[in-house]
Amino acid sequence: MIPVLEAVGIRKSFGGVRALRGVSFEVCAGEVHALVGENGAGKSTLIKIFAGALQPDEGEIRLEGTPIEHLTPAKSKSLGIAVIYQQPALFPDLTVSENIALAHEPPTAFRRIDWRKRNEHAATLLSRVGADMLPQAYVSSLSMPEQQLVEIAKAVDAEARLVIMDEPTASLGDRDAENLFRIVDELRKSGAAVIYISHRFEELFALADRVTVLRDGESMGTFPMAEMTNRDLVRLMVGREMEAVFPERNCTIGEPVLEVRHLSCVSRGVHDVSFVLRRGEVLGLAGLVGSGRTQFAETLFGLSRADGGSIAVGGKAVRIESPQQALALGLAYVPEDRRRHGVIMDFPVSMNTTLASLERVSRGGFLDFTAEQRVAEEYRERFRVKAPSVDTPVRNLSGGNQQKVSLARWLMTEPRVLILDEPTQGIDIGAKHEIYMLIGELAARGIGIILISSELAEVLGMSDRIAVMHAGRLAGVLDRNHADAHMVMELALGHAAVSD
Amino acid sequence: MRKLLQREFAGFITLALFLIYLAFAAPSFYSLGNLRDIALANVSVLLISTGMTLVIVVAEIDISVGSLFAICGVCGGLLARGGLPIWMLPFAGIAIGSALGAANGGLVSFVKAPSIVVTLATMVAWREALNWATGGAWVENLPANFQWFGLGQAAGEAVLFSATAVLFLAILWASHNLPAFRSIYATGSDAEAARLAGINTKLVVFAAFVLVGALTGLASVLNAVRFSDVPANAGIGLELQSIAAVVVGGTPITGGRGRLMGTLIGVALLGIIGPALTYLQLSPYWEKAIQGGIILVTVLFDALASRAEKRPALA
Repeated sequence: MIPVLEAVGIRKSFGGVRALRGVSFEVCAGEVHALVGENGAGKSTLIKIFAGALQPDEGEIRLEGTPIEHLTPAKSKSLGIAVIYQQPALFPDLTVSENIALAHEPPTAFRRIDWRKRNEHAATLLSRVGADMLPQAYVSSLSMPEQQLVEIAKAVDAEARLVIMDEPTASLGDRDAENLFRIVDELRKSGAAVIYISHRFEELFALADRVTVLRDGESMGTFPMAEMTNRDLVRLMVGREMEAVFPERNCTIGEPVLEVRHLSCVSRGVHDVSFVLRRGEVLGLAGLVGSGRTQFAETLFGLSRADGGSIAVGGKAVRIESPQQALALGLAYVPEDRRRHGVIMDFPVSMNTTLASLERVSRGGFLDFTAEQRVAEEYRERFRVKAPSVDTPVRNLSGGNQQKVSLARWLMTEPRVLILDEPTQGIDIGAKHEIYMLIGELAARGIGIILISSELAEVLGMSDRIAVMHAGRLAGVLDRNHADAHMVMELALGHAAVSD
Repeated sequence: MRKLLQREFAGFITLALFLIYLAFAAPSFYSLGNLRDIALANVSVLLISTGMTLVIVVAEIDISVGSLFAICGVCGGLLARGGLPIWMLPFAGIAIGSALGAANGGLVSFVKAPSIVVTLATMVAWREALNWATGGAWVENLPANFQWFGLGQAAGEAVLFSATAVLFLAILWASHNLPAFRSIYATGSDAEAARLAGINTKLVVFAAFVLVGALTGLASVLNAVRFSDVPANAGIGLELQSIAAVVVGGTPITGGRGRLMGTLIGVALLGIIGPALTYLQLSPYWEKAIQGGIILVTVLFDALASRAEKRPALA
């Protein structure tokens, strides 16, 4: 059987960095082929080459046995390759049906637009991918998961021979992910080839037929998924055995540091949230995407104005109306989507580290550059940030290392309460492990931590207690020793009654 | 030195080459009198461009500075005629400029109107208001001690130069050493990230507009005292002059970066072209064309430089 796409001996360098060192890869019709590897292993470079966005320095790409020269994005598309990137690449000010039509629409007589036909066609596609939005809806009004579905509809519409998905579930909650898996399965049954990139092993085991592991720009081999275990994959990816992803934590939990009572922010969909967070405790905050976890965190941090309820920090009732006030009270917030908001891309590691605590590197109101360098260097070592120096712009760091810089910034403010919103989203397993270790260390030093995460394993593995949100309300709080994935899911879906 | 001249490199090289060329082609350009005239004419441009740099770094723009300049000059003249002690004039200029800047900043920062539209509106509104109020008439019959603050030309010029130099150096130093200025860069680079880092980004943007207003007010008074009357139509085109100087100095119009040393080079480069043409016996009509060319070349250089920067440096 001839593979749909075959790549032989692909090499690609950026300046002095060799991103791919002779990778060979193939994917067949009716196959879901998983591509895994740490960040920086070369996955993105490889799919960008398949998409025609990058040209390989060496190597050959064959499509159904025919060698392809000079692949461009347009050529790749016309050859039936569709790529769904991590971040949907849609036009926000156009409607769903216009977005779909732009990607692929047969020409009409006199190039006239048949709006009725266009919308009907879009509606059919949307129902096929299980999306319930209107074709006339503007993309800017859609949530991230909905936009992801539109991207998939585009790929289905193009009747692509090869669909490449780059971490499609990174921004999806579990229910939307289920829907995605169904679509992937349908694509496979219809005879399309699928390349599927993900950091979440459970979904790879559920979906993929074969898996190719990349490490440092080289292929570690292609294996049938059924013959692999979690441990095999990790070993191939990182080149070492990973004993436990989650660190053992045996710290003493102290007095309450944060008490939230009946906190509401109706305009952002947060209703009547109450809980107590103690010193040294990790409180997991689980829930589906759109359940109001981030909105709650933003209300707590003073980014949205609360319209009901009360907050006490260290036993004292406080009002938090701005991030400045929250900071002064010892709260710190590491936001979701670090690429956009967690760090300042133009700033070097040092300036990002000190940004929220400039007074600590100032003398008499003036910046003390020696102190700044020293402090930044200290945090760089402690957080094992992989950067040549603290003067390196964070733009040039990998996602995991950017996240460490973001964490370092907040740690420098010496917070009493640290809110982490999806701290390991889209970062590789090695960096994840380091971040888990850091979270453990911080809790051991007496910081109360709120860990927002869409990854059930992470919430279950790291938390002392797990609070689950559903539709803007707290659906329940579970103790670590009595919680399992099933119970959390039930609460997140709104099936169970509120329990203490 | 290398660190001093990264992004302002293009402007610096062009300036150096031009100055060397002038030394051979028109040595008389380097007469003391000529250099002093050029410097005098550009004192106000430098002050305004300094403020403009900070406004552009926070990723905003202020095109109303020319109108602010005119209003502050006329008000200064009227106040002097009304008996305000002459030493208070610069402070009056700063106060009026700050107030007008605060109006711009308030609309941009707290009402969230786009700065290009807000300052376009205030540019036209203030200019027309001034025309209506003065009927286009200059402020004449100023007290005798208005010109050069009553110090005489030589001492007056010295005051102008030293005030400008001290202010520029102070702001240059502050931009490196004060935490507040780092907030300006952070806000311009990524306002949302800066807000999440606990920076009051609205206040930062507001402050940048107040500062450019204050500097414009001061520049206007310092410029007015060079003459015996205050024109009602001063400062036309000043917004373009100062924005051009900032851009030529290597500050990207998209904000987040940029340095005041570059702006100084930009002001010097654009400021010497007009006078240099006279000495090179070329038609003065070439001035704008050459200035336009320089802006284009710097922007091209900048685009190429940032393209080189975007190459992934690390795996």
